Amino acid sequence: MSAVSETREQALAGYNFAYLDEQTKRMIRRAILKAVAIPGYQVPFASREMPMPYGWGTGGVQVTAAVLGPDDVLKVIDQGADDTTNAVSIRQFFERTAGVATTTRTAEATVIQTRHRIPEATLRAGQVLVFQVPIPEPLRFLEPRETETRRLHALAEYGLMHVKLYEDIARHGHIATTYAYPVEVSGRYVMDPSPTPKFDNPKMDDCAALQLFGAGRERRIYAVPPHTRVRSLDFADHPFEVQRFDRPCALCGAADSYLDEVVLDDRGRRLFVCSDTDHCATRRAEGHVGPGEEEAAP
Amino acid sequence: MYVAVKGGEAAIANAHRLLAHERRGDPSVPELGLDQIGEQMSLLVARVMTEGSLYDPGLAALAIKQARGDVVEAVFLLRACRTTLPRFGAAEPIDTGAMRVRRRVSAIFKDLPGGQVLGPTFDYTHRLLDFTLAAGLPPPPPAEAPVETPVETLANGARMPRVASLLGEEGLIESGGTDDPDAPVPDLTREPVSYPADRALRLQALARGDEGFVLALGYSTQRGFGRTHPFAGEIRHGEVALEFTPEELGFPVPLGRVAVTECEMVNQFHGSAERPPQFTRGYGLAFGQSERKAMAMALVDRALRAEELGEETSAPAQDQEFVLSHCDSLQATGFVEHLKLPHHVDFQAELVLLRRLRAEHAARYAAREAATGAASDDAAEPFQEAAE
Amino acid sequence: MNDDLPLLSVEGLTRHYGARLGCADVAFDLYPGEVLAVVGESGSGKSTLLSLLAQELRPDAGRLLYRLRDGTARELGAMGEAERRLLARTEWGFIRQDATQGLRMAVSAGGNVGERLMALGRRHYGEIRGTAAEWLRRVEIDVARIDDTPRAFSGGMRQRLQIARNLVTAPRLVLMDEPTSGLDVSVQARLLDLVRGLVAELGLAVVIVTHDLAVARLLSHRIMVMRRGRVIETGLTDQVLDDPAEPYTQLLVSSVLAA
Repeated sequence: MSAVSETREQALAGYNFAYLDEQTKRMIRRAILKAVAIPGYQVPFASREMPMPYGWGTGGVQVTAAVLGPDDVLKVIDQGADDTTNAVSIRQFFERTAGVATTTRTAEATVIQTRHRIPEATLRAGQVLVFQVPIPEPLRFLEPRETETRRLHALAEYGLMHVKLYEDIARHGHIATTYAYPVEVSGRYVMDPSPTPKFDNPKMDDCAALQLFGAGRERRIYAVPPHTRVRSLDFADHPFEVQRFDRPCALCGAADSYLDEVVLDDRGRRLFVCSDTDHCATRRAEGHVGPGEEEAAP
Repeated sequence: MYVAVKGGEAAIANAHRLLAHERRGDPSVPELGLDQIGEQMSLLVARVMTEGSLYDPGLAALAIKQARGDVVEAVFLLRACRTTLPRFGAAEPIDTGAMRVRRRVSAIFKDLPGGQVLGPTFDYTHRLLDFTLAAGLPPPPPAEAPVETPVETLANGARMPRVASLLGEEGLIESGGTDDPDAPVPDLTREPVSYPADRALRLQALARGDEGFVLALGYSTQRGFGRTHPFAGEIRHGEVALEFTPEELGFPVPLGRVAVTECEMVNQFHGSAERPPQFTRGYGLAFGQSERKAMAMALVDRALRAEELGEETSAPAQDQEFVLSHCDSLQATGFVEHLKLPHHVDFQAELVLLRRLRAEHAARYAAREAATGAASDDAAEPFQEAAE
Repeated sequence: MNDDLPLLSVEGLTRHYGARLGCADVAFDLYPGEVLAVVGESGSGKSTLLSLLAQELRPDAGRLLYRLRDGTARELGAMGEAERRLLARTEWGFIRQDATQGLRMAVSAGGNVGERLMALGRRHYGEIRGTAAEWLRRVEIDVARIDDTPRAFSGGMRQRLQIARNLVTAPRLVLMDEPTSGLDVSVQARLLDLVRGLVAELGLAVVIVTHDLAVARLLSHRIMVMRRGRVIETGLTDQVLDDPAEPYTQLLVSSVLAA
């Protein structure tokens, strides 16, 4: 190790385990406990300034820091992938500040911090899924004022949310919300699932893992405890549906996973591959093979 | 014996000498060179050039030095210089598609032709103070480029097609705009702005606008005050060639290269009776590496198009008169700071009025107390005490 | 439900704005199916009164008793916010003078009418839309415009949409604030006809605030004349308008007849 990088490593030596001081962690844990006790309710918490910008996952990082112990195995994904820049950055942050073991294998992880996806593999009891949340308020784009939205939650006045869905159907013939699709948690609070594609919404329902949501800039924590009913809002005659792809993953052939569209050139060549890189790698290791690149449309 | 305060030429001269002294600081510390500012404070230089709307890194560095690092003051110095410069014509539009890219990222595709190029970015640094900098240790050398991979020849010959053109092939995104590309571009530094201002003028104002103000407005649209459903389609930074066509030649000649940052936001649009559902665009451009500014500008540009696209307009960022008349840091700082100037003539008039109003109020109050005093002795008591 | 008992009892309602009087000591009973017009010039306190009735302002003194469907009378000021808001979207309606305040301008006509239904838990798109279409027909809006937003509507259409949006949940009490002002005379007449028909058909109790005595005569059973924040005359509409007792009311009536 060079003198320079040694000095850089020492820069982290003065920080507590997982960066945050223990008092801050206790404060966050209290907020998490309250959130677990009132599923789907947004608990205000004294979010700290973190060494990454707001919007990069400061809420998720604080929640992870508060629940992480030395024996945990951490996985960090962004857009479903372990190798995306921000996932790499956050994983490195906890490797340095907490020295915990990290993994890309969903099955091996005890804590999974995610941005925009829920892993394809079914999560098990004992795992914690930490979501990074930019806008925790599901009513925000119908009503910008916090004073009013808190009142609407308190009184469970959610008619406005259905007006939005009604408008979608009236205009497009179907609900046109594709991500951050609102859910009702445990029959009470309407909750923003973070900007995951609605493809992932069914995975939240009756999930064996604990789901924690951290919004750093907006200073909110909320939770879905294990085995909680999570229902995507819909109409009786326009039931909630997830988007399906009309082709399998080019690499592993999975027909039921969420796909990324990779642009190969400016002549219309595209490749569709699993967004969940661990899911794809696991399937390929098991011998599954996809069709590869398809011929470009004429 | 009272002596009236006089304007004080000497006071002003002394203040200026003291200012120059303060700017220099402790003379035992080496003086800052313009080359040092240019090389080591390049983002500050970029911001001053952008808001000063003058591409000249040397003059911007001088302005920063003279302004003791105050951005708005440096912008002021640069603008005051710019206004004196003669104009000999307008350059050809720059072609950002032919940019020598130092950084290029798209948030809407995992990978795309030309690739994601992180370049020099703070994005994934952890904001931990780096004490090696305080110690003056040199940074490790930058990574070497891998062995040149053959650049795929793309249909249009460009090395890095713009994301908007990739989406454009399927008609998924609106074309460049409805404005006539050959129409003369207005210049808000030469003509007064009248409302409604067209998009070219709005973009000019936003490019010159205060970064903090434009940033806050862009942020407000993300929080629901004029939502535009943005995706960062592409952000690219690098150098582009600048060309000028002299009348006597009739063909463009190169003037040099300028560094710019361009942001194209891709925004949701549900369509209207006339237009099919399609992505729309917000655009931002700034000198040097100024990503925050270019992105915020693109958000506000799109928000300001709400009326054109038939969307509801109720938020500050959608109100072009509000945005354009308050985004300029020089106008803003001038009017805010002018409150420091003497206002004692007006204030004297207010003093006289206030004394009169208070006297009238006291008289009315006393009259009411006298009228009700007989009925309610309790209420009157505190005043009796006060009178004693 | 006993129609002999008042639906709404107002007692000693008083409100100041700082030193200025909004309205003072207003009292009246409103019976099911009854239409009460509150008339007066601007500044007479009639709008303050309406805001107090709508619970948008809190009174300095006085109280409002509202009789629930089970027959019990409840004081509105003592109710919790949740209960009050539930009443506001089920049992009450408020037709505002400025339709943009009473409608969601960015939401389609169908969505505007359907909102209350959805707020009450209706979750069948086809049924909600069917009900909305039926109400558009009732207020004489072309059903083909169900997916247009009210921004594309004329002033008269906006008011009719507001009426449909309020009446879709079959409220018992509707407040109206100058619902026809600012409209062309011919549009006004058509709207008044519509309102009169619906009020009679649905048996609504209505408090309508208006400066227009012709509107009061056409719609209301009883009339209350306000001046400088106080009620100065009250009685059967025809009686008050044909034979006003107070000099001020006489002046109002004569100026209308002159115009």
